Amino acid sequence: MKEVLGASGSGAATPRSLEAPSPRYGEKLIKGLLGMCALLSVVTTTAIVISLLLPTFDFFGKVGLTEFLFGTDWAPTFQPASFGVLPIVVGTLSTSLWGMCFAVPIGLASAIWLSEYASPRQRKVVKPVIEVLAGIPTVAIGIFGLVFLSPLIEDVLPFMVKVPPFSAGVAGLAIGLMLVPIIASISDDAMRSVPGGLREAAYGLGSTRMKVATRVVFPAAISGIIASLVLAGSRAVGETMVVLLVAGASPNLSFDPGLSVLTMTAFIGQTATGDISTGSITYDTIFAVGTLLFVMTLVMNMFAIRLVRKYREVYE
Amino acid sequence: MAGSIGGIGGGSERTRLASAGAKAVTIDQLNNQPRGDRLKGNIFLALLLLALTIALAGLAAIIIQAAVKGAPAFGTQLITNGPSTLNPDESGFRPALIGTLYLILGVILLVVPLGVGAALYLEEYADGDRWWNRLIELNVQNLAGVPSIIYGILGLAFIVRGPLDMGFILAAGSMTLALLVLPTVILAGREAIRAVPPSIREGSLALGATEWQTIRKQVLPAAIPGVVTGVILAISRAVGETAPLLLVGAAAFVTFNPTFFGDDGYSALPVMIFNYAARPQDEFRVIAAAGVILMLIVLLAMNSFAVWLRNRYEQQW
Repeated sequence: MKEVLGASGSGAATPRSLEAPSPRYGEKLIKGLLGMCALLSVVTTTAIVISLLLPTFDFFGKVGLTEFLFGTDWAPTFQPASFGVLPIVVGTLSTSLWGMCFAVPIGLASAIWLSEYASPRQRKVVKPVIEVLAGIPTVAIGIFGLVFLSPLIEDVLPFMVKVPPFSAGVAGLAIGLMLVPIIASISDDAMRSVPGGLREAAYGLGSTRMKVATRVVFPAAISGIIASLVLAGSRAVGETMVVLLVAGASPNLSFDPGLSVLTMTAFIGQTATGDISTGSITYDTIFAVGTLLFVMTLVMNMFAIRLVRKYREVYE
Repeated sequence: MAGSIGGIGGGSERTRLASAGAKAVTIDQLNNQPRGDRLKGNIFLALLLLALTIALAGLAAIIIQAAVKGAPAFGTQLITNGPSTLNPDESGFRPALIGTLYLILGVILLVVPLGVGAALYLEEYADGDRWWNRLIELNVQNLAGVPSIIYGILGLAFIVRGPLDMGFILAAGSMTLALLVLPTVILAGREAIRAVPPSIREGSLALGATEWQTIRKQVLPAAIPGVVTGVILAISRAVGETAPLLLVGAAAFVTFNPTFFGDDGYSALPVMIFNYAARPQDEFRVIAAAGVILMLIVLLAMNSFAVWLRNRYEQQW
């Protein structure tokens, strides 16, 4: 800046650089330090991948890949041990699926109401209240499922809880409660970013409020809505405490909501409680399952991030 | 509009009448929709409200259920006593509460400088067209979606054992939780920093301040409320997080007060709640419910503080 003043003062015509006269090492140092903070996130990801992969390679030195991926019998701590991961993958998908069955209609309906029907005042009250649900620790939701939902549903629909108090369906319901705010909040944001002109044009053509909501706003916001569903799905797959408390611990290759199932996260949480020795096959199994879980959620998250970017680009 | 021209002449009166007439006709038209459409619309709205009610009822049920179930055990012994298998009625959460306090202290010490630093770099310095900056951004977004139990695995393999080899100590739990909430802090920090208008920066730079002087004296003070809100929300997530702590050594029945580097075990509030709840005896479940209420009170206080802070110091530019 001083350079500019100096140049105009002397009236010289030669253009001078706007660069500071001194190199300012302190500024560069600070930029470097802050850059290192940001780089830590990349280091974390790398550390996650390395810490997952190394024991996983050990694991596949002992167990065949096909036996792991396509085997239908999961008994890693038994003698003789069996490492077919399908039952716990199906267990994870089952609780997630039942959770989504509950959360998708409830979440989307809440989002439509929030963005298309609520007055600004109603919105300002209701949206934060729904988001409180997202802030409740999952262990509390798990206890709610175990102590309240499970006995209640056992009384009303006995086929839903065949091995009281454990049931994949009840675990799904509890997970679903946790997913509602994710779906409602992100979908609401997506629908509100649809330009008002589209709505007004539809009203001008004589559409009813319901038609505007379902045929104009909803399709226009579809990429954001799908992103919210995928994110919710990824949360459901990665949820641990609810399934540890409510889903039970028996590996079952079935989508029956009444059965007790073991999920991937529950297996990790239950087995890795500290006192297993490094390098044992049980220790390696945890990491093999963790790798599978990480890959599943990573694919879902990447997909959702892409979709969110897309709708941002279109309307902002 | 009509009001401002109103005083000038009769023309504006005609405009007002015309627009009022148009409005009346439109409303009339809208009210004259086919009966089927109106019925469908009402049913649709009723379904939406039903769904909303179910969501809100679920929230209410979680809180009320814990309050009713935990009420008998709610008392000062929750805070002053440790766990006891012999007298479940007298059991409390003291070591777990102190453990959580230490864990959170560690998380704050780690996450505030690292998170704010990363957010400042990404918003103020990084050139978004460079591939490495885009990689960092994508990375942060992805890390925010990694399941918490995976962070537990990271903590177990990297911090407790492996390269850092710290053993099952409280500091290892703190570091694991810090890594877990770091993306949340970075994302919230970036939002807050982005909300500071560029004119503030340009003004400061034009007066001859260096980049860092601008950031430290202008941008950071203006972004502080948003940053603090993000940190509080991240901390409240760390308070309730259980799964990763199970992997990095938070044991349930610790009867003494834990310390940062003591290697004879530590506990945390949610881990202890989980452990009480997983026991078959009903006395322990009552204590677990009381613990949930204790935890929710702490979280609610923190969240209300965050909301209050945001509303109090939010600036309109």
